[in-house]
Amino acid sequence: MKRSMLFTPANNAGNVMNAGALASDRIILDLEDSVSPLEKDAARMLAYYALKYMDYEKEVVVRINAITTPFWKDDISAVVPGLPQFLMVPKINCADDIRIIDEYVCEVEAKHGIEVGTVKLIALIETALGVENAFEIATSHARVSALFLGAADLSSDVHSVRTPKGEEIAYARSRVVYAARAAGIDAYDTPWPFIHDMEGAEADAMTAKQFGFTGKVAIYPAHAELFNRIFSPSQQEIEYAFGVIEALAEGEQQGKGVLTYNGEMIDAPSLLRAQQIVDMVNEMKGGRQA
Amino acid sequence: MNIIKAASAGTYESSDAFVEIAPCEQGVSITLESVVEKQFKKQIQATIMDVLRACDVAHAVVRVKDFGAIDCVLRARVHTAICRAADEKKVQS
Repeated sequence: MKRSMLFTPANNAGNVMNAGALASDRIILDLEDSVSPLEKDAARMLAYYALKYMDYEKEVVVRINAITTPFWKDDISAVVPGLPQFLMVPKINCADDIRIIDEYVCEVEAKHGIEVGTVKLIALIETALGVENAFEIATSHARVSALFLGAADLSSDVHSVRTPKGEEIAYARSRVVYAARAAGIDAYDTPWPFIHDMEGAEADAMTAKQFGFTGKVAIYPAHAELFNRIFSPSQQEIEYAFGVIEALAEGEQQGKGVLTYNGEMIDAPSLLRAQQIVDMVNEMKGGRQA
Repeated sequence: MNIIKAASAGTYESSDAFVEIAPCEQGVSITLESVVEKQFKKQIQATIMDVLRACDVAHAVVRVKDFGAIDCVLRARVHTAICRAADEKKVQS
């Protein structure tokens, strides 16, 4: 499942140890903002040993430092041998940024006998330039498996202020989702920054789902639990999806391409959406996607 | 790796360990304080020795204050302290 990803400071032993027990679908071991420059080495080492020895029973992402810092190559050298499923790469502005990172990841994978291309990338879009180049980034390399919109840095970059309603990021949300979907990859929405405002978190996640995001990144464990619920299909959606599939199957036997279900016109696009919901239900049950 | 200066790694927080390492002329000595010393002293010492051997450290004074760190945390903290004491940043050999 990929409804939520939860940030965990990679240098906090207790958090790293307990991350697997929390509700998020994926864990992000963070080497960037939550780790001071003097502790980057310790965080890398802890991330590597956690990847090597911990059985999280969920996919693990490592957020490395941006390529504009002196840390990113050491981050990759340290954690790629531990085989995280994904590296989250911050402040990606263009396709060339991805190519620079890919080149070095290839080198490290080859050095450690890991099949080249194994470790996927999640591109963090958090600048105006990154938003404008979202599709170019999404299609820059087969390693790129998702785009993640980071609204905190983005708001600063566009001289805006992050608000609970999020109107200032509506354009970026749309552009990131369209770029990701056009490229056939996932899109993750920005974290909800107001930690104890759970009602706001719920409304924000509903908005993100409506925009078309795959899931949402969390900075607080309770948010991850909430996001899992929001990004799971509701009972109503599930019943509707099965109803649509059944109605269209019956319609097909009768030679009808378009028909009505519960008073709504349904056709091929309705089937596609219904199938996406059924796929999610199967995935939640631990089954395979159709 | 050659231990050329005193260094430390880790914290005093629960589930973590604080490791200090310093140069020594002859052999390795380990001092351990742990909240689970009675139950796991031998295993913790074995883990520390394992990391020292893997890093090829033959001479060092090691002091570990353990606050319930699991094996991989202890390994990470000892390894970090060794790298810092040897002025070496590489994680994997």
